[in-house]
Amino acid sequence: MTAVPAAIEASEPGFSAAACAHCGAPVAPGAGRFCCAGCEGAHALISGLGLEAFYRRREAASGELRPTDAPPAIRFATHVRPERGGEQHSLDLMVSGLTCGACVWLVEQALAAEPDVLRARAGLSTRRLSITWRGPAERAEDLAALVARLGFHVVPWSPACLRAAEDAEGQALLRALGIAGFGAMNVMLLSVAVWVGTDMGEGTRSLLHWLAALIGLPVVLVAGMPFYRSAWAAIRAGRVNMDFAVSLGVLATAAMSLSETLRNGPYTWFDGATALLALLLAGRVLDRGARRRVRQVCAELLALQTGEVALLGPDGKPRTVPVESIRPGDRLLVAAGERLRLDGVLESGEALLDTSASTGESLPRRFAAGAPLPAGAVNMGSAFVQRVTAAAKDGSLAAMARLLEQAEQARGRYVSIADRAARLYVPVVHTVAAATFLGWWLGVGLPWQEALVPAVAALIITCPCALAIAVPAVQVVAVGALFRRGVLVTSPTALERLAACDHAVLDKTGTLTMGRPELLPDPTRPAEALAAAAALAANSRHPLARALVRACPSPAAQGVEEIPGQGLRHGDARLGSAAFCGVEAPEESLTLWFRAGPGQAPIAFRFADRLRPDAAEAVAALHRLGLSTELLSGDGAPAVAEAAQATGIESWQARATPEDKAARIRALRAEGRRPLMLGDGINDAAALSLAHVSASPAGATDLAQSAADLVLQAEGLSALPAAVAMARRAQRAARQNIGFSLAYNVVAVPAAMLGLATPLIAALVMASSSLMVILNALRVGREAHA
Amino acid sequence: MTALTVLVPLALVFGLTALFCFVWALRSGQYEDLEGAASRILFDDLPRKDSRQ
Repeated sequence: MTAVPAAIEASEPGFSAAACAHCGAPVAPGAGRFCCAGCEGAHALISGLGLEAFYRRREAASGELRPTDAPPAIRFATHVRPERGGEQHSLDLMVSGLTCGACVWLVEQALAAEPDVLRARAGLSTRRLSITWRGPAERAEDLAALVARLGFHVVPWSPACLRAAEDAEGQALLRALGIAGFGAMNVMLLSVAVWVGTDMGEGTRSLLHWLAALIGLPVVLVAGMPFYRSAWAAIRAGRVNMDFAVSLGVLATAAMSLSETLRNGPYTWFDGATALLALLLAGRVLDRGARRRVRQVCAELLALQTGEVALLGPDGKPRTVPVESIRPGDRLLVAAGERLRLDGVLESGEALLDTSASTGESLPRRFAAGAPLPAGAVNMGSAFVQRVTAAAKDGSLAAMARLLEQAEQARGRYVSIADRAARLYVPVVHTVAAATFLGWWLGVGLPWQEALVPAVAALIITCPCALAIAVPAVQVVAVGALFRRGVLVTSPTALERLAACDHAVLDKTGTLTMGRPELLPDPTRPAEALAAAAALAANSRHPLARALVRACPSPAAQGVEEIPGQGLRHGDARLGSAAFCGVEAPEESLTLWFRAGPGQAPIAFRFADRLRPDAAEAVAALHRLGLSTELLSGDGAPAVAEAAQATGIESWQARATPEDKAARIRALRAEGRRPLMLGDGINDAAALSLAHVSASPAGATDLAQSAADLVLQAEGLSALPAAVAMARRAQRAARQNIGFSLAYNVVAVPAAMLGLATPLIAALVMASSSLMVILNALRVGREAHA
Repeated sequence: MTALTVLVPLALVFGLTALFCFVWALRSGQYEDLEGAASRILFDDLPRKDSRQ
């Protein structure tokens, strides 16, 4: 996980540079060493274990290591595996927030300090923590809570994490690379002897050729499997791809070399075939490595959002069960602050829900008994009972996911530049090779075995190598550079599509804005009123109350009573709506009133969903890159117009439903535009998947993130224009690389056709062209640093 | 050319040994957490219960 640059957080207005001693988040001046009670507890825990060295050893303190005040309701004990007949248990957890070796060390040491823990091992790149302990399964709760108290977020290791991490295909590639590397080096050892040993006797040469065949043939057959499989799949689907050209080249070369060995010809080409495989496999392993890191982080983000629900049994007692097991008609207990996982209706009473993820509205809405509750909304009031109307696989979220899948398939038909090059390259090269063979065999009258040599030489010298790594090399460098800047590229063709986009459609709530209300400063307000109000507000989950606490962190006052939908009461002090505080004022949406006592003057706290600090700058940067911009929001017109004006966005549309957003994207595509969609909500997911390329900002909903090609992980939007610029540079480099490898062929192919090419020349051409392409690709990353 | 009868098999034995070691390392999961292994080596000052299992 890339750490959020400290400069961004420190530059947020209203904060001093003082940092929390545990998590490193900014702390208001005079508020002590810690940003919250959780961090203070974590620090005490670490000191108590004698592990303070962690604070000196870690690489960055980015404010992410903050224990949450309400850990998710997960029963870890249900995920425990018994070992040795129930005497021992083990548990696998996905730990988010492991950013450096010191974090791994801290987690392992803290767990090892527990007397019954036998083994605790965390993987930094897999984020997987395996714990084994002696004793009952219920200890899982304590151990997971211990890690959570340190500030890491833990969820049970799920099948989704497993798929991203275990990656059997990657292992197979790595093994193939090892075998090809071994073969290439040893065959080269023998080949060089033949090339330089001009005075070598025929018997010795034949021996060396037989040895080369002995090593080369099995290596070609085993290490080439990834290519043969992919080529075979492509042929069965009626297409030719680059892997087909590679497979044919390698197999033909091996066969021709075997025939030359049998005939005791002057040269064999086993070195070329094995070196080609080794180079291509190296490129593929690197490409996979870059993508694996991205998939890992995405799986981690999604795993953190999946959860379990509290099912109310016939006896009225809640039980924690996985979402998948819920059927329509079941009754669920939705705790305060919990996200609704399923569609349903409110059974009784009243509920206050934050529906911003599903509709884009920035303020919570009140629902009456019997009202349908949308999945994805967050409970902002007190706990309530929900009767489920649709199981997870039939609900609105699943319907949205299916829509996304369809769009994904449509996008899968996008033909990348590498495939376009392969479609041109493959028939041309194979025609050339066939013509060479026929020319030497029928035209000149050579025996067919001898005529085969220049033909196959033409096949292997046309540099399928440089062409096959021309685009992947650039991708590896660009995806890696973006990963370091906190941009996750989730689709292999995303960069190409991003480079081509010409219009940006942005969502407002949560994308252009922070997605949460912030307290507006008011110089006339007495400071002690803010502190007193914040102490009351710390007891509530209402977004305005949370904003108040964020503006003035303070411990929660004891004995505060919350009247849902109205406000908070603590003795005579009241915090809430105007009517609740007895103020003669019109009800304004983003205002809280506070009255310390019956005789005291009421004080208003006004809030606004502030723009991200770099929103205007990011929009300006997009304009500079030649993209036109447009704001599309589900929020009301005044707020949308204001945001558009503040950021300099040309056109805007308010009260857009998810269907409106999708229709707008479709209309843009029908006009021939290539829109980039940036959105964070469930209501944006359809538009995201329809757009030419899509991105979602940090903190977006899981649906939006899985629909997006790019996930901006770092806070802020400035990474987006940077990503567009990077994608364009990468695209330019990919074109140059394809140009390079074709230019090589202009010289190499005629030489091969005339029978002038020797294996030495082929090796030189192959190595130098591949090197050229790789060096050019590296330039993409270098320019990004400048 | 009698040197070849010794040197070539020797080179092959070395190569095959390296290949065998690589495949063994791959199978035993040593390539799974490269980043973690790189930083873990710096933090071994306290006795740990885990690593030898």
